[in-house]
Amino acid sequence: MADLSMISLRERDETITSRISGWWRSSRSRLTPYIFIAPNLLLFSVFVFFPLLYAAYISVHQWSLIDTPEFVGAQNYTRLLTDGQFWQSLKNTVVFSAATVPTSLILGLMLAIGLNRHMAARTLLRSIYFLPVVVSSVATAIIAAWLFNDNYGVINAVLKQVGVGRVAWLSTPQWALPSIILTTLWVRSGFCMVVYLAALQSISPSYYEAAVIDGASRPQQFRYVTWPLLRPTTFLLLILNVIYSFQVFDLIYVMTGGGPGFSTTMIVQYIYRAAFANSEMGYASAMGMVLFVLVLLFTVIQWRINRRTEQFV
Amino acid sequence: MMVTTSPERRRLETIGLWLLLAAGAVVMIFPIYWMFVTAIRPRDEIFSGSVNLMPTGWVWKNFADALHHMPFLTWAGNSLVIAVVAVVITVSLNLLCGYAFAKFRFAGRDILFIGIISALMIPIQVIIVPLFLVVSDLGLLNSYWGVILPRAAEAFGIFMVRQFMVSIPDELLEAARLDGASELTIFLKVVLPLSKPIIAVLIIFTFMWRWNDFVLPLVILTDQDMYTVQVGMNLLKGQYNTEWTDLMAVALLSLTPMLVIFVFFQRQLIQGIAGTGLK
Repeated sequence: MADLSMISLRERDETITSRISGWWRSSRSRLTPYIFIAPNLLLFSVFVFFPLLYAAYISVHQWSLIDTPEFVGAQNYTRLLTDGQFWQSLKNTVVFSAATVPTSLILGLMLAIGLNRHMAARTLLRSIYFLPVVVSSVATAIIAAWLFNDNYGVINAVLKQVGVGRVAWLSTPQWALPSIILTTLWVRSGFCMVVYLAALQSISPSYYEAAVIDGASRPQQFRYVTWPLLRPTTFLLLILNVIYSFQVFDLIYVMTGGGPGFSTTMIVQYIYRAAFANSEMGYASAMGMVLFVLVLLFTVIQWRINRRTEQFV
Repeated sequence: MMVTTSPERRRLETIGLWLLLAAGAVVMIFPIYWMFVTAIRPRDEIFSGSVNLMPTGWVWKNFADALHHMPFLTWAGNSLVIAVVAVVITVSLNLLCGYAFAKFRFAGRDILFIGIISALMIPIQVIIVPLFLVVSDLGLLNSYWGVILPRAAEAFGIFMVRQFMVSIPDELLEAARLDGASELTIFLKVVLPLSKPIIAVLIIFTFMWRWNDFVLPLVILTDQDMYTVQVGMNLLKGQYNTEWTDLMAVALLSLTPMLVIFVFFQRQLIQGIAGTGLK
C-alpha cells in the first residue's frame, strides 16, 4: 500500500512538473509577441497616446505653464467659434489643400504615364522629378525664399526681363500663399509620380493587348484600363496628401512665418503660435484636438466613399 | 477593328513628349542649380540687381566663410549623432514589432496594430504641448535623447516591416521551432537575414526623417550649441539681414548627406515610397 501510494505520488509530481513546464513553455511562446512589441508600445504610450490624452485634459483648462491649470470647461472650444483668426487659419488650410492635393496628383499621374514610356534619358528625368523628395523642408523653404525674393530673386529678375514687372511674392498677402503652393507642388509631384509609376508597372500588359484587340483608342485605354486599376493608388495618395497638407508646418514657418499678416497661417502654425508665443496651452490644445478630429473625420469619410464606390466598379 | 498608330507618328509623339518632360525637368532642377550658383558667386554680385543665370565666378571660399560665420559643423555633428542613434533604435524596434504583427496570432493584435497605425494620422502639433511637458519632466530638454526618444517608435516603419514579413513562409519558422531554436534565435538567425532589403529601406528613411526633422528639435533644443542643422538654418534665415551667400552655401552642405543617399540608394528610396502605395 505504502509503495503504491509512493508511486502514485511520484507520478502526480511528475505530471505536475511536466504540466508546469508545459504551461511555462506555451505561455512563454504566447508571451513572445507581446515582448517583441513591448518597447514600441511603451514608447508610443509615453510619447504619443499619453500626450494625446494629456492634450485633451489641457484643452479644458486655462494654463500658461507658469501658473496652475484652471478648469474652464468647454470655454476654449467656444472661444474657437468666435475667433476670426482661427477661421482664417482653417480657411487657409482648406485653400492650401484644395490647391495642392488634386494638382500634385494630376501632375504626378501625367509624369508617371509620360515617363513610363521608353525614351532617352528616362532614368535621369525620373530622378530629377523625384529629387525634391529628399530635400528637407527647411532647405526647400530657404531656396524658395531666395527664388521668390522681391528685390533680388531670380524669378522677379526674369519677369522683369520678359516685361511683366516685379511681383511682391512673399510680402503681399495675395501672392504669399500661391508662392507656397507652387513650392509645395515642386515637392509633392515627384512623390506622387513615384507611387503612380510603381502602380503602372504592376499593370499586366495583357490588359492593354486585350483592349487594343477590342478596338480601344488610347484615351479609351486610359479611361477603361489604366484609371480603374490605379484607383487604390489614387485613393491612398489622396489620403496621404491631405494628411500632409493638414500638417504642413516647416515649409511655411521658415518661408513666411505665417505672414504677411495672417495670410499663410495654417491651423498648425496657429497652434504653435498660441502655445509657444502666447503661452496659451489650453487654447492651443483645444485647437489641436479640433485638428485631430478633422483629420480623423476626413480619413474615415474617404474610406467609406472608397468602399461604397468600389462596389460599383 | 484594330486601332494602330503608325510607328512614325508614335516616334514624333515621343519626341514631343520628351521635349515637354525635359523642359519640366529643367524647371524642377533649377532651384537646386540656383542654390549652387548663388553659393559660389562673388558676394557683391548678389545684390547688384542684374541677374546672370550662369555662374559668374567660382568662389569656393564662400563655403569656408560660411563655416566661419556660424557653428554649422557643431549643428551638423548634433544632427549626425541624433540621426544615427535614432536609426539604430528605430530600425531595431520596427523590426521586432513588425515581425510580431506579421507572424504571431495573439489576443488584441488587430486593435493594437490599428492603434499604432492611427498614430500616423496624429499631427505632431496636436500633441506638441504635452510632448514638450513630458520631455521636460523627464529632464531631457536640450538633450539628444529629448529629440530621439519621442520619435523612436515609428508607425510607418512598423507598417512597412509587417507588409514585408507577411510573405516570409511560416514553414521556415516552424522548422526552426521544431529544431528547438528559441524565438529570439529564430528572429535573429532566420527572419533578419531574409529581411535585408527592408532593413536597407528602413535605415535610409529613418536617417532621412531624423536628419530633416524640424518641429521637435525646434521645441526641445533651445541652446544654440545643441541645435540641429535644420534649426540652425532657420535661425540664420530669420536674421534681419539675411546673408544669402552664406545661407545657400550652408543649405547646400546640409543637403549633402541626402544627395549622397539619393545617388547611391535611389532604388531603396523609390521602393520605400512605392511600397506604401502598392499595399
